Amino acid sequence: MARVIVVTSGKGGVGKTTTSASFAAGLALRDFKTVVIDFDVGLRNLDLIMGCERRVVYDFVNVINGEANLNQALIKDKRLSNLYILPASQTRDKEALTHEGVEIVIEELKKRFDYIICDSPAGIEHGAHIAMYFADDALVTTNPEVSSVRDSDRILGLIASRSRRAINNEEPVQELLVLTRYDSERVERGDMLALDDVLEILGIPLLGVIPESQTVLLASNEGVPVILNERSDAGHAYADMVARYLGEERPHRFLTHRKNFLRRMFGG
Amino acid sequence: MSATTTTNPPEQSPQRAAFELKGSLFTLTIFYLQSSDLAVITQHLRDKIAQAPGFFCHAPVVIDLNDLHDPVDFTALVALLRQYQLIPVGIRHGSEAQSTAALAAGLPLLPKQRAVKRPDTAPEPQAPEKPLRKYTRTRVYSKPVRSGQQLYAPDGDLIIIGTVSGGAEVLAAGHVHVYGSLRGRALAGVHGDNHARIFCSSLEAELVSVAGNYRILEKPSDIAKLHQPVQIYLESERLMIRPLT
Ligand SMILES: Nc1ncnc2c1ncn2[C@@H]1O[C@H](COP(=O)(O)OP(=O)(O)OP(=O)(O)O)[C@@H](O)[C@H]1O
Ligand SMILES: [Mg+2]
Repeated sequence: MARVIVVTSGKGGVGKTTTSASFAAGLALRDFKTVVIDFDVGLRNLDLIMGCERRVVYDFVNVINGEANLNQALIKDKRLSNLYILPASQTRDKEALTHEGVEIVIEELKKRFDYIICDSPAGIEHGAHIAMYFADDALVTTNPEVSSVRDSDRILGLIASRSRRAINNEEPVQELLVLTRYDSERVERGDMLALDDVLEILGIPLLGVIPESQTVLLASNEGVPVILNERSDAGHAYADMVARYLGEERPHRFLTHRKNFLRRMFGG
Repeated sequence: MSATTTTNPPEQSPQRAAFELKGSLFTLTIFYLQSSDLAVITQHLRDKIAQAPGFFCHAPVVIDLNDLHDPVDFTALVALLRQYQLIPVGIRHGSEAQSTAALAAGLPLLPKQRAVKRPDTAPEPQAPEKPLRKYTRTRVYSKPVRSGQQLYAPDGDLIIIGTVSGGAEVLAAGHVHVYGSLRGRALAGVHGDNHARIFCSSLEAELVSVAGNYRILEKPSDIAKLHQPVQIYLESERLMIRPLT
């Protein structure tokens, strides 16, 4: 049975698209048929991070409006044969994503894929709502700072009250924390919230901690999800996160900065 | 600029209407106006805001004119209220002249209340047909109350098994119990019950209130109680915060 996973946050710029790309690529690496949908209509980004921006012909809104079919709009990843991207439209606005239209597309994708990853726009308005509405699981992407945590809390409230599962009184959406851009040095200096503080406020299970890493920016400039960079600590953290999602036990690395220190010493 | 310009019709999605109208009921704050003197009103608003900045944070209010027969400068009044983060949405119980002036200032007239009763006048004695204290339903909520959520028990107690996040608000006509950390706002006795109390396992609240007596927790003496199980109640109009153990 296919699962729909939303990557959401409330606050902007915390790493949703980075997480969507790497999580989707990680599932595809594990031989699951995976599609990642860009819900950020008007501010499309995912295609850049996935390195397929020159292959976008039709998009999500075209499919909803019946101007193209799914086969025409889905872009096959050039590295991973199990991975597909459904890009957003850059020229429309979020209202183009109607409930009925999105539902039809998601139901159709569920027949063809194991995992459907929905990269949500920031905010709590229509775009973010429609992205989480059909979700079975939510990856709540949060940075270790007060405003990001507050916004994640707000999004959790919406998931608990306004997702399809909540409205239909079904088993609730599984909420999982992804703490990104974790800079253990700054945490130890007290500039940023520690993992425990965030967990205490949000009270949801931790799926992964992704360290702050320069390799993320490099990867997105190259259009390669960072999980595919074998020398990246953030990439390793995403690989651990995918393994945990699939039920494997992995210790949480990257929580102390001793590692950063060694890395700086040896230039890894 | 040329005289003939072509304009494209705006983009439309033909299958969707631009809006829908539906009736709905709201609980609104009533602003009983007792003076038409803007300076007096300003002073009063200032005092209130000084006690609790942000308490009325953009609350919609209805201006009630039952106690005031003077003419009112509604345009100036609206500007003043908005400056203090109250948003007037209409008036009621105005005289004919007041109502005309309000309409001219863009304030709609809201229907009269059937029995006009001031909130602080003693209730009229009633024949004791029903038992004095009728059974009221307690609302039990066993999920975290997240930032931006509001939970209300309009005619009884409210029990929350979980935390109340910063930016969340829980209100009850009766007591409020929070079996978790209270980090947002808690208001007990919102209809004026002086005996209502707030109980919580860990006090980290932004604001607490019993029967309209509210306090924001920022003084050192308040902060000393933070992260402790406490109860909060009124003792001759003073809000007391006491450890539970
Ligand atoms: N672990 C990380 N270390 C360093 N930089 C990161 C990390 N994760 C994300 N970034 C950077 O943060 C910025 C925002 O990332 P991203 O676009 O993934 O966020 P987003 O939540 O999708 O943003 P938006 O709300 O605009 O959609 C990018 O410049 C990205 O390179
Ligand atoms: Mg994004």
